[in-house]
Amino acid sequence: MPEENASRPSPTERGLPYWEQPLPEDKELAAQESEAREDNLLLDVRSPADINRYMMDPMRRQSTRFWVLSVILAGGVFMWLTAWVYQMINGLGVTGLGRPVMWAVYIVNFVYFIGIGHAGTFISAALRVLKFEWRRPISRAAEIVTVFALSMAAVYPLIHLGRVWKFYWLLPYPNERQLWPSYHSPLVWDLTAILTYFSCSILFAYVSLIPDIAMMRDHTTGRWQAFYRIFALGWRGSEKEWANHETTQNVFSYGIIPVMFSVHTIVSWDFAMALQPGWHSTVFGPYFVVGALFSGSGAVIIALILLRSTMNLKYFLRSEHFNGMAMFMLILSLTWDYFYFNDYLAPWFGGAPVDRTLNILFERGAYAPFWYTMIICNTLVPALTLWSKKIRTNLTALFLVALLVNIGMYLERVIIVPLTLARNELPFSWGVYTLQAPETMITIGTFCFLFLAYIIFTRVFPIIPLWEVHEGQALHSLRKVGRYLLHLKSAE
Amino acid sequence: MALPVHKWTMVIDLDKCTGCGACVVACHAENNVPVQTEREITRLRAMHWIRIERYWMGAYPDVQARFLPVQCQQCGNAPCEPVCPVYATNHSPTENLNLQTYNRCVGTRYCQNNDPYKVRFFNFFDPAFEDSFTNQLNPDVTVRTAGVMEKCTFCVQRIRRAEEDALAQGAALKDGDVIPACVQTCPPGALAFGDLNDPNSQVAALLKEQDQRTFRLLENLGTDPAIYYLKGGPSHA
Repeated sequence: MPEENASRPSPTERGLPYWEQPLPEDKELAAQESEAREDNLLLDVRSPADINRYMMDPMRRQSTRFWVLSVILAGGVFMWLTAWVYQMINGLGVTGLGRPVMWAVYIVNFVYFIGIGHAGTFISAALRVLKFEWRRPISRAAEIVTVFALSMAAVYPLIHLGRVWKFYWLLPYPNERQLWPSYHSPLVWDLTAILTYFSCSILFAYVSLIPDIAMMRDHTTGRWQAFYRIFALGWRGSEKEWANHETTQNVFSYGIIPVMFSVHTIVSWDFAMALQPGWHSTVFGPYFVVGALFSGSGAVIIALILLRSTMNLKYFLRSEHFNGMAMFMLILSLTWDYFYFNDYLAPWFGGAPVDRTLNILFERGAYAPFWYTMIICNTLVPALTLWSKKIRTNLTALFLVALLVNIGMYLERVIIVPLTLARNELPFSWGVYTLQAPETMITIGTFCFLFLAYIIFTRVFPIIPLWEVHEGQALHSLRKVGRYLLHLKSAE
Repeated sequence: MALPVHKWTMVIDLDKCTGCGACVVACHAENNVPVQTEREITRLRAMHWIRIERYWMGAYPDVQARFLPVQCQQCGNAPCEPVCPVYATNHSPTENLNLQTYNRCVGTRYCQNNDPYKVRFFNFFDPAFEDSFTNQLNPDVTVRTAGVMEKCTFCVQRIRRAEEDALAQGAALKDGDVIPACVQTCPPGALAFGDLNDPNSQVAALLKEQDQRTFRLLENLGTDPAIYYLKGGPSHA
């Protein structure tokens, strides 16, 4: 409940709900307050009914553009499946893989998708635990990026298997021969970590969805209502339900943060545990976690900007949110620089012949275009732009920065996987990997799936956690202290 | 862990190796290794369980060719083994062999990435043998399908055959009973194979008398290979 206001009777005292709080009579104060409301979603109070409408209107009206885009993306998904079947029938020879380079673009995509799957949970869980209030409207958009990116990340190890029809041999299932997967292998750690993280993320996203699904159920009729009724799990919004909901969310938030850190650490161990020069590095664990959050925050910014412009969510997504996300990305960029410096310095200083070969290739050899683009995108671009608030709140500029960061982080994985694998201790076995058509089709197709699943989700479920916005607006208020308006958050 | 009953070991004398490639051909014939087309080889899919690596030493005109036959080093502490998620590649502690179970392999190809010698070969396509080759495939060796990894086995089928023969005759295995195809074929006799646990074997004797020339490939990685090389002197190839 809003706290009592010193300058005027509180709305509740006058019998008004919190969203009908009038502006103060003093003109100067009124101007200050409307300015604060413009800046801050949680102070720009509207009735829950209005807010629900702001969300549901764009969900119900689909433009022609939406359908055209959906058909194109569905075509991309079909292309992915066709190429995959073609690869299954003919064998992995249709890819560009060869003897030193046994992992390539599929593993790059796998690491990239896991990476962008990290920010979602981080934003909703960690920022929730740390009580960052600006995360309220953006948490679901981020969680859903996680869910779909992780489902693609879970598919890539299958696409990459030589005999995908035997994939279940990797799972610890009881069988008559008493054969179990080998827990010596980082791949089995990886599988365990990803399945844990994937199921936790789905549940976490779903728990926060329940009150909003119930709202959709109450605002729809017919078949759609029956659909929402199933997923709302009989939510009525009683006090006990809200209390349980809060507890569940807290348990998940605290529980999922260590899982998130462990997942990308374990993904990095796929590389760091190997003897391959350029992989065998102790800094890979934290370096990969930071890289994942870095590309993930960029992906969430891209998703938010696209949502805001295509679904008319200007009321929910304001400068404060982009400003916060951009600052987050800047911090992660600096942290990434620090870890990359560590990862680069040790082999450079050590100067082992094969490390020197790789470094020369990066600095002035065939890999230089990839390497310099990565450094520019991940280090220079964020460092030169994101210090300025003007750029942080300019959506076009921010979109470009986030896109470049994602390109840079994708290239980072390209450098780690196929480019590094091409060199090893015995120069006789060096080789160059070239991308082949089926790999390109599968890569583009999975990105199409990610977009398609995302845009369909936004039309079926509210992409803004409306109950979080209602809750935030009920908790936040302005209070006059002398001539100053103080932003207060009351205890929950 | 049980002490190795046999410690199968190969000694390769680089002074004797002429780089003729007979071992490569013998291995293909013995182990049903598919012969790749030129196009596949340019795409890094060459498959030779044993290969002759040729390195050039010195600058023109004083150039020397050095030949290094490289096959699976049958490491005592193999990097390829622990990374397999399904135990398709595992260690035989009693024989010091790296075994590869073809029909357990799912094709993650992690073993190849972690293999510093790059001596593991992936079947990118189903193997294609021309008719004349199909008729001479070795019935003792599986023909591997697409999607599985394969590598030198020290001709494990010959080891088994020799063991069974010895058992049938009620005698113990003697040095020279087991001879892998490459050793059998090598014209200058650069390759020697035997049980290092047997102090009277040819390999044990070679390693003893030639210990000034002995080295193992990338020994600094701690892989404990079972293949010993005897360093070669100047060549005029």
